[in-house]
Amino acid sequence: MATTTLRREIEVVSPTRQRVMGVIFLIIGAAIWLLFSRSVQTGQVTTFVLTPGGIDMSVPDWKLPSLATLNVLAAACAFLGAFQLARARGFGKRTNLVLGIVSGFFIFGFLTWAAAGQSLNLAGLLNSSLLKAVPLTLGAMSGILCERAGVVNIAIEGMMLAGAMVGALIGSLTGSLLAGLLTAVLTGALMGLVHAVLSIKYKTDQIISGTVINIFSIGITSYISAKFLQVYQDLNNPGIYANWDIPLISRIPILGPILFSNNLFVYAMLIFMIALHIALFYTRWGLRLRSVGEHPKAADTLGINVYRTRYMAVILGGMMAGFGGAYFTLGSVGRFDEVMTAGRGFISLAAMIFGNWTPFGSFGAGLLFGFADSLASKLAILGVKIPSQFLLMAPYVATMIVLAGVVGRSQAPAADGQPYEKE
Amino acid sequence: MTDDNTSPQSEDNGRKAGQILLEELASKPRQRGSFWRRTAQGLVVPLLAIFSGLVLGGVIIILTTEAVYAGFAQSPLAGLSEAWKAVSQAYSALFAGSFGDPARILSALQSGDALAIRRAFNPFFESLVASTPYIFAGLAVALGFRTGLFNIGAEGQIFVGAIFAAYVGYAITGVPAVIHIPLALLAGALGGGLWGFIPGWLKAKVGGHEVINTIMMNYIAFRLSDWLLSGPMKRPDSFNPVSPTIQETAMLPRFFDNPIRFHLGFFIALGVAWLVYWFLFKTRWGFDLRTVGANPNAAKYAGMNITMSTVLAMSLSGALAGLAGTNEVLGLNHNLAMAFSSGYGFDSIALALLGKSHPLGVVLASLLFGTLRNGAGRMQVVTNIPIDIISVLQAMILAFIAAPAIIRTVYRLRQPEEHEEGVFVRSWGGG
Repeated sequence: MATTTLRREIEVVSPTRQRVMGVIFLIIGAAIWLLFSRSVQTGQVTTFVLTPGGIDMSVPDWKLPSLATLNVLAAACAFLGAFQLARARGFGKRTNLVLGIVSGFFIFGFLTWAAAGQSLNLAGLLNSSLLKAVPLTLGAMSGILCERAGVVNIAIEGMMLAGAMVGALIGSLTGSLLAGLLTAVLTGALMGLVHAVLSIKYKTDQIISGTVINIFSIGITSYISAKFLQVYQDLNNPGIYANWDIPLISRIPILGPILFSNNLFVYAMLIFMIALHIALFYTRWGLRLRSVGEHPKAADTLGINVYRTRYMAVILGGMMAGFGGAYFTLGSVGRFDEVMTAGRGFISLAAMIFGNWTPFGSFGAGLLFGFADSLASKLAILGVKIPSQFLLMAPYVATMIVLAGVVGRSQAPAADGQPYEKE
Repeated sequence: MTDDNTSPQSEDNGRKAGQILLEELASKPRQRGSFWRRTAQGLVVPLLAIFSGLVLGGVIIILTTEAVYAGFAQSPLAGLSEAWKAVSQAYSALFAGSFGDPARILSALQSGDALAIRRAFNPFFESLVASTPYIFAGLAVALGFRTGLFNIGAEGQIFVGAIFAAYVGYAITGVPAVIHIPLALLAGALGGGLWGFIPGWLKAKVGGHEVINTIMMNYIAFRLSDWLLSGPMKRPDSFNPVSPTIQETAMLPRFFDNPIRFHLGFFIALGVAWLVYWFLFKTRWGFDLRTVGANPNAAKYAGMNITMSTVLAMSLSGALAGLAGTNEVLGLNHNLAMAFSSGYGFDSIALALLGKSHPLGVVLASLLFGTLRNGAGRMQVVTNIPIDIISVLQAMILAFIAAPAIIRTVYRLRQPEEHEEGVFVRSWGGG
């Protein structure tokens, strides 16, 4: 709608918001100094290890004087805050970028403080964040496909769970990982079809239709697991896709081992992400899909088949979720456990909103959530007194803050969740 | 989000809709046929949905029973008889698990042994015990639906309510039960209410959609209780994340000796259901809430406070869910452990839909689900069919209720003359 873009413009340059942001930067700067700098002793060194475990490539460790680093970070935040407040329009449209940088400083400051006088495997941390981001990003992209076409998909969890179970079962039965993967994707497509039929044909409320799929999926996967997978262990032993080093670029120092020494799922996720971005925003197909999600009536008038587009989008979304589910059994654990997705589908939904319904944004959010998750398990090792549960809570709280419009309003497709009735 | 309302045209529409709605609500509901006939008509779809769910559940049981395949390998007749055996065994075990085994009840009554009688009747009472949290949680979701809100966060509210109730239950000592029990119940309602208030407030003030926010609050509640139970609220002498046992004065009284666990919570639930009915249909606030749910624009132009209604409805909804958790702590477990709430949050959505968001309907639906869940436990022991089949049944019943067109097509029912009351949640997009 026309008002949407207008409002977006206004919001970005709103002077009140600029001032609030400036104060936030200052507060973060002060927090780094008060919370971290002051509790670090002079002469302490933070060591960041830059190769993930199990890789024979030696990059020298990154040694930082803890106190100096923290002071520099605090000063940088304070400077950015002061600049934001001093100039009438602050950083203007780049304010959110600066907010990202400042948040990054805070996280880096936290790591420097937590690992002061110790060593932290930064590369390992980033690598495990990336792995944890894989199902989240794939799930979020499933949500993007559906919601950009105007169908809310809270069934990502159920679709993933079903994909995970079928992947493990068929993978074990046939002894072929590829067969497992393909049937997992097919299962996702089937679930997507059910969601599409219920919500498009029968015009069931889309959230209820999603809930049906979630309850059904939790029930049927647990049922089959208890009845067969736990009894006959051979049915639940598909093996996992091995890591594959991409020649040459996996030898790039630091970045190579983190990014290019992973298994199929990581590469597929990166490729899907780029492909979906291009398809959504630079092709006629994507334009049509988005128009159906923004204003189905207008799209219909222009000759776009709203129902067919929505069916296609939801089924594709289901396939994406099924693929994401297969990651759990074929890419990570190597067997199916009851309810093993453990709410990752819902976090995907959060990542999608956090990433403003875009593939790259969702990947960023997925990385952030994955990072919080990975860091939570490291805290105890580093001897930090903060309970890990609070760090694990952080993604959810952050999503609520984003949803509340604090970091600029997130823009859902305008017709998201509304059944379309052809006149 | 709501900026469309300011355009003159939609203002006009809103006013018109408001008028129509108020007229509609002021006039007596149109009487079509007798009361009983309308009730029977209203029951057709839910009953057929339950029936279809059971039939499809039977199909799944047949498809996953090895003996059936072995039977069909011999002869079609043997296969069919094996299939019949599998389903009839499963469902008769389900029945016996739900209501008690008739033969056993008879022999127990003849023997006159008190313990034997209690044991024989125990399945029936266990079904009531299992239904109790469902009633609270189902009412929570139903109240939200009536206000046009989708409270998908009953799970989190159950947890927080249970945390509050457990704390009051074990930390307060030396008060008589007449004070301690109401205090603990109130605390539980307060905890759940708080967890509902936050998304309600966010919805009303900044337009954050309650579905996402309540889902997020579920996980925050989960982490919170994880932390509390492994730290501040942990029982000192235990390795497991369990809270201390609550004081005896906070325990809801039980009506019979062991093994029957039937407790006061069931009657509290019935009382609360009546209260919700009274509140929704007999008070002005309830009227406001329902009007906001039926047509927010109309409510706005009738001068109702939508912000207030949204926050109130979510808080009350949360409080009801909190009572579900409280009931489990005070009546059953007598302490708080992780994962004590077995998916009530999602089941409660099915309950509210099955009960058409009416308190009486919710109570009936809860009795059904509680009975099924309890009976499935025995079914799992006797016939080796996993209890998870119940979730599958519930999902299918929910699907049929939510899409009555499927039931109407399958059973060739006429379209109802009145407009079907569907549940719709306002989207989180614009518009």
